[in-house]
Amino acid sequence: MAMRETPSILPLSVQGLSFEADGKRLLDNVSFTLPKGGVTSIIGPNGAGKSLTLRLCHGLLAPCEGAVRWQAETGRRHAMVFQRPVMLRRSVRANILHTLGAVGMPDAQSRADRALERFGLAGLADRPARRMSGGEQQRLAIARAWALEPEVLFLDEPSSQLDPGATRQIEDVIAALAAEGMTILMTTHDLGQARRLSRRILFLNRGRLVEDSPTETFFAAPASSEARAFIAGDLLW
Amino acid sequence: MDVSSAFGAAFSLIVSLDPQFMQIVGLSLRVTLTAVLLAALIGLPLGALLAVTRFPGRSAIVVLVNGLMGLPPVVAGLIVFLLLSRSGPLGGLGWLFSPTAMVIAQTLLVLPIVIALTRGTIDDLWSEYREHLTSLGLTGWRAIPTLLWDGRFALATGLLAGFGRASAEVGAVLIVGGNIAGYTRTMTTSIALETSKGDLPLALGLGLVLIFLTLAINAAAYGASRIGARFAG
Amino acid sequence: MMTKRSLLVAGIGLVLMSSAQAQTAPAQTRFITVSSTTSTTDSGLFTHLLPAFRAKTGIEVRVVSQGTGQALDTGRRGDADVVFVHARAQELKFVEEGFGVERKPVMYNDFVLIGPRSDPAGIRGSKDIAAAFKAIQAKAAPFVSRGDKSGTHAAELNLWTVAGVEIEKAKGSWYREIGQGMGAALNTSNAMNAYVLSDRATWINFKNRGDLEIVVEGDRRLFNQYGVILVNPARHPHVKKADGQAFIDWLIGPEGQKSIADYKINGEQLFFANANQPGA
Repeated sequence: MAMRETPSILPLSVQGLSFEADGKRLLDNVSFTLPKGGVTSIIGPNGAGKSLTLRLCHGLLAPCEGAVRWQAETGRRHAMVFQRPVMLRRSVRANILHTLGAVGMPDAQSRADRALERFGLAGLADRPARRMSGGEQQRLAIARAWALEPEVLFLDEPSSQLDPGATRQIEDVIAALAAEGMTILMTTHDLGQARRLSRRILFLNRGRLVEDSPTETFFAAPASSEARAFIAGDLLW
Repeated sequence: MDVSSAFGAAFSLIVSLDPQFMQIVGLSLRVTLTAVLLAALIGLPLGALLAVTRFPGRSAIVVLVNGLMGLPPVVAGLIVFLLLSRSGPLGGLGWLFSPTAMVIAQTLLVLPIVIALTRGTIDDLWSEYREHLTSLGLTGWRAIPTLLWDGRFALATGLLAGFGRASAEVGAVLIVGGNIAGYTRTMTTSIALETSKGDLPLALGLGLVLIFLTLAINAAAYGASRIGARFAG
Repeated sequence: MMTKRSLLVAGIGLVLMSSAQAQTAPAQTRFITVSSTTSTTDSGLFTHLLPAFRAKTGIEVRVVSQGTGQALDTGRRGDADVVFVHARAQELKFVEEGFGVERKPVMYNDFVLIGPRSDPAGIRGSKDIAAAFKAIQAKAAPFVSRGDKSGTHAAELNLWTVAGVEIEKAKGSWYREIGQGMGAALNTSNAMNAYVLSDRATWINFKNRGDLEIVVEGDRRLFNQYGVILVNPARHPHVKKADGQAFIDWLIGPEGQKSIADYKINGEQLFFANANQPGA
């Protein structure tokens, strides 16, 4: 990523985040800080509040209590890729152009070309996006987000719908983006993936943040019995 | 009277290219297509707006629009007649007994169909696109262009339904157009006239031509949307 | 994608423009609106008359054909420049109320009583329409009434009175009011084997006759006078006074009168010009 003249939006400070729906507390008093750089994985059993945390950070939902604070409020400098990426009923290129047009990015054509090239989609540019394979769709979703030049990228279960080969490709893409300096906060239920990609783990269970530690520490010596059980495969429901 | 003479009448109408007949067909198509176009320009954004926004009274409007889909053409015609009559509020325009009045009446008939079907289509699309578009800051009316464009093939079906209702209707255009020969006489008012003259073969012949035209337009639109849908996925 | 969308926009614009143009073009031609009865239109008389008038004056005549009552209402509302109908009493009332300038007689045709070949009332060949009506009521033979306040409907009601039948009291299931035009009434009579009063012009032009035929004709009481009235510009200022008057003058003048007399179907004259007959 090129150096920016605008001030960084990082670190992101999440304080006492809580969320309720239909009287059920889905997220309870979650606090963490996201500094610049690297991949951070949010893991935990189903229903722990992983995706919810991403949506709150991205601003799709408003918290009931607590706050999501960016260092600088300079427009939308963070983007999100959803578990089931929404493919517009248009060509691959038109999907990217739509995203660029939505936020009013200049030089849309050349940006789209670069995004297509960067993610190996140049040959598919004129194909209908919805006719592509799951892996290709996921790459397009990331390309679309990347074209916006975000400082932070939220990825929600980026490979849950993919076969092993496509999963491998997406992991390479994520690693490369991180190497270029993009800050990534992702959720995954694949412990191997979290281990391979991230430098830091946030472990959620039943809406609470149970552990926040470097990846090696988390897997080698989890502090809580819940995390130990989770790693051992005894899922907590 | 037998059906074969009706087919004969239909056939000779088509092959003769009788200028009076062509004028009638041309006017019918022009009035109906203009009405559908106007209804689309008004109804597509309104229907989409109903789908993506929530405000008090929205459900009442949805019910009202759905109900108006069954508006009897004669009633629509009567409303436009009373508005445009020289003794009515818009009488000064002098639009009664003109193609313009027929376009207005048919637009009134088609509009609820376009709005209701658009709302349904965009509702579904919005629940699929919502998070992605919200993530891009496209909420409320700002989401509408994307949704209309991506729903274009389903929406075309709604417009076709509107076209079918307008092109088949006789009550409204008869009242506000006056069935003036060479000026406001359409396919359907001609059919009504020939029926009242007892020339049933000619009436049915005109009917067959109308059915044929409607089929041709539907087939063309269907074909175009199939090809388009294959391209856009 | 951009090019495709701009093509679409251009296409929409083109359609709108072309239809707007197509609709404004005829509006610039000189025209008057005439509200008249279904009988004059259905008989083809206007198709015969109007080209001659237009050739002479350049004025296009747009005819809206309705029942006489409705046609007079259209004049009352100011939605026509000229009213051309056949119901003398109603026409005079129209002028008296200030909606019309003056009523001029133009022509007459005659009514005929149509009935099924089986002739259940046994009236075929009679020259006495009053007796025929009385027989229909006495035998409760099926009879179709226009029931639409048209001139023909008014004439029929008058004939019941002449026959000494109080139709409001006498009507039963044999008396069928359909509330529609002449053609629809004939179609209905054909389907029901019923008697029906029709103007001769519509009957001659009518193709779906089935078993129907003329059972009574020629009684003077069956004559049907047409009148023409200019809608009062004092009441409706937008009325095209000069052009409307030109049409009336032409109709009751020698050219119009001759043109009316010349109109024949299958060699039969349908309308008899009588603009100069006093008291018509």
